[in-house]
Amino acid sequence: MTREVLSGNHAQSHAVRLARAQVISAYPITPQTTIVEKLAEFVATGALEAQLIEVESEHSALQAVVSASALGARTYTATSSQGLLLMHELLHWAAGLRAPIVMGVVNRAVAPPWNIGADHTDTMSQRDTGWIQFYPESNQEVLDTVLVAYRLAETAEVRLPVMVSEDAFYLSHTVEPVDVPEPEIVDRFLPPRTGHAILVPGTVGRLGSFTGPDRYVEFRRELARASAQVPRVLPEVEEEYRRLTGRSHGGALPTYRAEGADAVLVTMGTMTTTARTVVDELRAAGQRVGLAKLRLFRPFPDTELRRLAATVDRLGVVDRSYTFGASGAAATEVQAALYRGPHRPLVAGFLAGVGGRDVTPAHIRRMFAELLGPADPEPRWADLAPLEVDVHG
Amino acid sequence: MAKLTLPAEEWMYRGHAACPGCGPALAMRLLLKGLGPRTILAIPACCWTVIATPFPTTALAVAVLDNPIESTGASLAGLRAAADALGLADVTVAGFAGDGGTADIGLQALSGMLERRTDAIFVMYDNEGYMNTGVQRSGATPQGAWTTTTPVAGTRRGKREPKKEIMEVVLAHHPSYAATANPAFPEDLVRKAERARAARGPRFLHILAPCPPGWRFSSEETIALGRLATETGLFPLYEVEDGVYRITRPYGTLKPVDEYVRAQGRFRHWTDAEIRELGAQARAGWERLCRRERETAAVARPPPIPLTA
Repeated sequence: MTREVLSGNHAQSHAVRLARAQVISAYPITPQTTIVEKLAEFVATGALEAQLIEVESEHSALQAVVSASALGARTYTATSSQGLLLMHELLHWAAGLRAPIVMGVVNRAVAPPWNIGADHTDTMSQRDTGWIQFYPESNQEVLDTVLVAYRLAETAEVRLPVMVSEDAFYLSHTVEPVDVPEPEIVDRFLPPRTGHAILVPGTVGRLGSFTGPDRYVEFRRELARASAQVPRVLPEVEEEYRRLTGRSHGGALPTYRAEGADAVLVTMGTMTTTARTVVDELRAAGQRVGLAKLRLFRPFPDTELRRLAATVDRLGVVDRSYTFGASGAAATEVQAALYRGPHRPLVAGFLAGVGGRDVTPAHIRRMFAELLGPADPEPRWADLAPLEVDVHG
Repeated sequence: MAKLTLPAEEWMYRGHAACPGCGPALAMRLLLKGLGPRTILAIPACCWTVIATPFPTTALAVAVLDNPIESTGASLAGLRAAADALGLADVTVAGFAGDGGTADIGLQALSGMLERRTDAIFVMYDNEGYMNTGVQRSGATPQGAWTTTTPVAGTRRGKREPKKEIMEVVLAHHPSYAATANPAFPEDLVRKAERARAARGPRFLHILAPCPPGWRFSSEETIALGRLATETGLFPLYEVEDGVYRITRPYGTLKPVDEYVRAQGRFRHWTDAEIRELGAQARAGWERLCRRERETAAVARPPPIPLTA
């Protein structure tokens, strides 16, 4: 193991190198670019033996790895924001073809107006495509999660593509020390991909095809079943990773000081770190508050949430995107998961950090204060500018 | 009458789902005789999505991967990269797309694949419109042709604009090999498929594929109509290898276009003057091609360009 000072993007590149990806394809977009630049360097210097395709669009980037995956190659691509939106059609293809692609997504706001700050609108817009979605909190977690993602994606009962997200700039361009495992350790964890349900040249077969209503439903049902395997397979994969590297990031919904809490805040990605310090501060001041990190968004961790709901009366859910016509996607999902369970705490939705606005300890303190105050489940914008900003010109 | 000398092996099964007299079905059958069984075929949304028959059956004896309509070029890049990464020997990576999936919505991925010198064959079967969706206009629809979206009614007389010259677009990328082909000339088509298979780097075939329901002609006329398209100079048969043109069906005199036009319902509204104008265009195109053949014959071949995925 070596300890290196890496950005989240380079942590992602190193994980792809260690995973020995065979076909990589990507199109540049800020703030994803440094992932692919580093990979191009690895390929050029021989540190990674892979075919790198410098495609002419994100749509083609994902198509190229979908096709490479169909022949049995281990593949990788990365994108952000508009690029992910352009890929939308191919996201469905990747899941439908059961292609175990791993993709890095640097979460960035969607235009207009142009904005390159952290925002989850890009990946939230893709939550119904059949992809597994992780939202790591640190650069170390990014590296570890990419490796876990490959193993999970290629598990026979799963065989689904995985997105490993990073909050733009907070992770993508911020450096911190990262433990990089030795290649031999990763090789033990992640052996070469086995040929299963792939195209074989010289044999009769068709991947994709078309069907009428007589069979289409069963194809969809198979995909749903594969997704439903994740809650069982993920802990096994993470346990093996922990055995080899000593690190685990706590599954789908790790909690922090949630035992006996009056209120628990559910966060995603980097704002979790800020919220953790606020929890410590409030606990020290005698307030019983806790935290739960929504690390896996797809498939949604219903079971873990219901377990958490059995112990707490108030849940706050913070979304870094707004689902127009509804509220925050995570808040909606939490409410839906708990409505089907026996315990139904108050669930309040907060919208914060949209477009890269900093989520500060003050914001988090206010969320806990509102959560512990008069019960109000209506979603609220937690960090609107203090002065009225005229956006109408 | 001379006997055809085609490879006997068939890589397309009977029981496919094409219309009677389908040009695209013939194009596929002949193409695969030239490409052989170690072909991996990328097929976008097009008539052939359906012709190949639904899951769990297939009308093709080769490995097939479906892709959305616009991304065949990128699929070829991924298949080639994976074949190279996995050490799959003797694999021919080919795409088989309609004119819309090539020259309209597929143009970006095609251009990308050509520019990156992807070692693969892109085949456009040209039935001159969106026929699988019920005969709509494409960029490859000829000027003046009736389609459901270019009606002959009121002030409209079919498609207003000329047919997109996809070969010119492709040749601007300097492919290793590019050729036109026509199922009405099966030996020429199979030979070009074999040449494409033997070459390396980006290769392109433009195959004319007459469509009885879309062009409004009787299904037993496919071959006769196809022959006329070439004999009139409207669809000349030629190949371009490393920039050097070669006409593979030379003609001293071109046939008039009247019979070709009058045989198709999509041109039923045409006047004699319009037919004369098309004839003039066919002759001009043919002369341009002959000129290029003469000019490039004397030119030294450019140095080979290194291959990448």
